[in-house]
Amino acid sequence: MWLAIFSLTLLGTLLGLALGLAAKRFHVEASSIVAEIEALMPGSNCGQCGFAGCPRAAAAIADGSAPVTVCPPGGKALAQMLAARLGISIDLTSVADEGPQIAIVAEDICIGCCRCSKVCPTDAIVGAAKQIHNVIREACTGCGNCIDRCPTEALLLQPLPVTVQHWVWPKPATVVIALAV
Amino acid sequence: MTAYLLLLLSTALVNNVVLVKFLGLCPFMGVSRNMDSALGMGLATTFVITLACAATWLLEHWLLAPFDLGYLRILTFILVIAATVQFVEMVVKKSAPALYQALGIYLPLITTNCAVLGLALLTAQEKMSFLRSLVYGFGSALGFTLVLLIFAGLRERLALARVPAAFAGAPLSFILASLLSLAFMGFAGLSFQ
Repeated sequence: MWLAIFSLTLLGTLLGLALGLAAKRFHVEASSIVAEIEALMPGSNCGQCGFAGCPRAAAAIADGSAPVTVCPPGGKALAQMLAARLGISIDLTSVADEGPQIAIVAEDICIGCCRCSKVCPTDAIVGAAKQIHNVIREACTGCGNCIDRCPTEALLLQPLPVTVQHWVWPKPATVVIALAV
Repeated sequence: MTAYLLLLLSTALVNNVVLVKFLGLCPFMGVSRNMDSALGMGLATTFVITLACAATWLLEHWLLAPFDLGYLRILTFILVIAATVQFVEMVVKKSAPALYQALGIYLPLITTNCAVLGLALLTAQEKMSFLRSLVYGFGSALGFTLVLLIFAGLRERLALARVPAAFAGAPLSFILASLLSLAFMGFAGLSFQ
């Protein structure tokens, strides 16, 4: 038994050392800007930008092949943050901004077909077959993937309803003016 | 020399690792969407299999056999294979980032490619010599690459064909794989020895 333990330990140590040396030898510098942009993105990989997930979109934004306004769920807020990070000025008038939105199920016409829950990137839609579905507000990112899938048009994007949990005191008017100037 | 050439041919074609032994079916189905990634996957697997065959032969004859540790065979073989795959992953990431992106999850999954462990265990079981087990592993890996390339080429053409909706996608690939397997069964008629 001791021989087995010893030989496995030795083997593991040797292979670990070899891999450690190889990791140093073949080290690849990861682009920090891509990682930073990726951290800003919503991260739900909904695919509305046309790229395969947020990491690819972040890489495209970093090398300049995609505009900072590419992310619909991110909206104006994300575009502003990305522009500030990349040091570029953008025209925000073309970006639709209805504020944060979430999907809402119209319960009187939902037929419980489960199609919407299959496309939801954040698993925010609950419900079983032939049961009325519902959207978990905390999980929904408002990406809109489910809207087209619904055969009865029971899903709608609506502005995030204000609840006690995330109501905030409105900012004083003077600060808004100072920002505008 | 002729014996090794025949061994190479028989492992690559007659006893093809994918279509006759049915090992390594996961990358066969998974990475055969286009020729480029199929070739990359085939070459990476070839490298891993050949290296793993050499390393496991050394293990078998210098560690397991002299100290009567045969019960550790699968454990140590998996350890060596996993380390080899990690090494290949680092090299591919450094030298071919595009290939690294294309292979995606299938690159680390070479570790669990049963063809790699299967070939290592077969060479140990049949008590081959060092050179013979190297040629055996290399030939089998060549066969794997060849089949992966053929399958990817066929699938690239089939992607453009009009097929009934019920057969589109995976079902057609399975039918194609069975036909390809039938074709490779034809090599069984060749007898070298």
